[in-house]
Amino acid sequence: MLAFIARRLVQSVIVMLVVAFIAFLVFRYVGDPLAALLSQDAKQADYDAARERLGLDQPFYMQFFAFVSNALQGQFGISYRLQQPVSQLILERLPATIELAFASSIIALVGGVFLGIYTALRQRTFSTGVIMTLSLIGVSLPTFLIGIGLIYVFAVELKWLPSFGRGEVIQLGWWRTGLLTQSGLRSLILPAITLSLFQLTLIMRLVRAEMLEVMRTDYIRFAKARGLSNRAINFGHALKNTMVPVITITGLQLGSVIAFAIITETVFQWPGVGSLFVNSVAAVDVPVMAAYLVFVALIFVVINLIVDILYFIVDPRLRDGVRAGK
Amino acid sequence: MQKSLARITAVLITSTVLVGVANAETIRWARSSDALTLDPHSQNQGNTHTLAHHIYETLLGRDNDGSLTPRLATEYALKEGDPTVWVFKLREGVKFHNGNDFTAEDVVYSIERAKSEFSNMKQLHAEVESVTAVDDYTVEFQMTGPALIYPNNLTNTFIMDKTWSDENDLAVVQDFASGASNYSVLNTNGTGPYTLTSREVDVKTVLDYNEGWWGDKPAVDKIEYLTIADAQTRISALLSGEIDIVQDVPPQDIERLSNTDGFKVEIGPENRFIYFGYRFGDEPLKSSNITDSNPFNNPLVREAMELVLDRDAIKQVVMRGQSIPTGIPNPPFVNGWTPELDAYPKPDVEKAKALMVEAGYPDGFTVTLDTPNNRYVNDEAISTAYVGMLGQIGIQVTLASRPVAEHSPIILANNSDFYLLGWGVPTFDSAYVFNDLIHSKTDLHGTYNVGLYTNPELDEKIIALGTMDDIAARDATIAEIWEVVKADRVLMPVHNQVLAYAMRDGVTLAVQPENQPNMTTVTFD
Repeated sequence: MLAFIARRLVQSVIVMLVVAFIAFLVFRYVGDPLAALLSQDAKQADYDAARERLGLDQPFYMQFFAFVSNALQGQFGISYRLQQPVSQLILERLPATIELAFASSIIALVGGVFLGIYTALRQRTFSTGVIMTLSLIGVSLPTFLIGIGLIYVFAVELKWLPSFGRGEVIQLGWWRTGLLTQSGLRSLILPAITLSLFQLTLIMRLVRAEMLEVMRTDYIRFAKARGLSNRAINFGHALKNTMVPVITITGLQLGSVIAFAIITETVFQWPGVGSLFVNSVAAVDVPVMAAYLVFVALIFVVINLIVDILYFIVDPRLRDGVRAGK
Repeated sequence: MQKSLARITAVLITSTVLVGVANAETIRWARSSDALTLDPHSQNQGNTHTLAHHIYETLLGRDNDGSLTPRLATEYALKEGDPTVWVFKLREGVKFHNGNDFTAEDVVYSIERAKSEFSNMKQLHAEVESVTAVDDYTVEFQMTGPALIYPNNLTNTFIMDKTWSDENDLAVVQDFASGASNYSVLNTNGTGPYTLTSREVDVKTVLDYNEGWWGDKPAVDKIEYLTIADAQTRISALLSGEIDIVQDVPPQDIERLSNTDGFKVEIGPENRFIYFGYRFGDEPLKSSNITDSNPFNNPLVREAMELVLDRDAIKQVVMRGQSIPTGIPNPPFVNGWTPELDAYPKPDVEKAKALMVEAGYPDGFTVTLDTPNNRYVNDEAISTAYVGMLGQIGIQVTLASRPVAEHSPIILANNSDFYLLGWGVPTFDSAYVFNDLIHSKTDLHGTYNVGLYTNPELDEKIIALGTMDDIAARDATIAEIWEVVKADRVLMPVHNQVLAYAMRDGVTLAVQPENQPNMTTVTFD
């Protein structure tokens, strides 16, 4: 067991290094931060001096080495644009993204499971047809269009919900939350729905397919033959067996929701790490961009590590395999 | 009697409360990107200055028509008998937000800080040799030579409190390489009309009226300054009533907003021109099929290129009417501008074709045009339009469109044959244009002389402008330089940009030519 975890940890470190390297390589070619940093009337001499000060005149491997050795100490440098430590910036923005990601995951999970069961149980009804068609439109429309559409209907026309931002926030230690104020909760609704739509459709189709599969199995037929109520069959027997893959998928998707909330955050001016990243790209704020990519990689690596370890614990065949491998 | 007295008191209390509420006017103001820092001397950038002007103050201000106005300095003049010394009389009785008195020492400290190594403001004060406090309310600037227009350079240099700065260790302007932030990036202590209440970078900054401000009380008591990067969301937030004023309104939304009930758009000229530039010199172009000469170096080709540039069509079609076509790379506010220079020829394709034949390029040539696509209003679309126009005389252009962060390094390294750029003139004087765009490229001049134009005679005159002590002679030299620049078509100006601020009815904010709107000028109906 320990050997297994140790091996996976080593693999994870290698993955992180590779990601850091690629991030650094890519960002070296996105543009020149000096264009955004120096004023219009800066002289050639100022450009040369600034380049030297920022270490941009050093060879690539030197810059990369400095980046990794600082990153190991949790130092990602100073944001060129905002002049604050990058790690602090990301930590400040993280609560907003996590709250948005969790809210949208809950909407996706609850909505997806409910609609999945509904469409599986009422297969050939009109409402099922409507839901299935809408879900197809939902996945094929780009996120920013859905976001702008929701803003137009619910903020501009109906004036029910705010069109941007996080509303009022309350500081709980280092965690800044919008979940405890009315305006914060109202602000969460539209972006959470926008971000959840894709996941919701995914979960709904997964639940539906699994449910239909399970409903055809023998034990359900036997349960029906024994005269159990529909309710007991559908929710007691069928749903329980449907949920295992759904939970796996939802857990894995949570990582990607956090990482790729970028578009939703931009459309709704949600002050999370995604919009921080987008604003940094525009200004070629390399320290922030590199740190963000490393951060996203870390989320995926950690989630995968946990999932692997869980499988290892849950599935005896894997354990045996490892023993046999010895 | 008792009863009515009580009633009157009650009415009085209620009405005072009501008046109090009605007087507390909050303005919610959104734009596309936030100020970069609150350190007043770290960045020389419009957004950053705009916010800073509400908290800090400068010695001199700039009116909406571009003229200089007194601010922390009430009077200024050249020292009698010595054109190398500027004397400023300071406003008395001014206090910083923390209660400290504003004196000449603070001015000396701030100008020296603005001149220091990591300050982006240092270019504007390059000609200052030393600053001294004569008494509490008089400051003398010793210049390296006569510097007639120097006061123009002071409108964005903010005055800090020396005592407060010393307490917080602010002598050195934020230096990225050192890896440390500084206290003034997020904390302020100015003399301005508003104090900083809270700041969440890239999200929201709240300012409250400074009761101790020396000026007339403005209509706005509280400012909520918001960053909304996405243009659609920004306009939606205005339409839904969540904000009062929007800056950075895309031209395509101007007409729609003007026609929407309850909203209006204020439009005015910006102090910024858009131009095309090309490479001079005999060396062949990098991106052309003509490999034995440089067609741009031929004045006939440049004339032909101007004759197909339909500035009015670009205004109508690309800019939807929101631009001011110009024949000179110099906005009308700027010293040196004249209507004659501003005139531009009517498009004449036949004549242009004849010129191309005469120049020896009857079949035209190919070239690459580098354009930014996220810096100026409709920058890429302007380039696309010109590509079509040049096609009429056989100049086949490949468009290379990039974000400004990638465009700039190419431009600065003189790696472009043909490019689009924009230029603002913060000193409101032609010398600023000449220094960076016209003077031959050196370490200290011609940084944006991308086409490597050289004219030693002009260089001499441009340098002379910096130390002339007779305004009339100086203006005459500026006129001479412009004549050559226009005749040589050193740059191909297209138009001056126009600014648009959208707001809800009941609020009025006038356009400021440097795009630095001032909330103390807001009025409510």
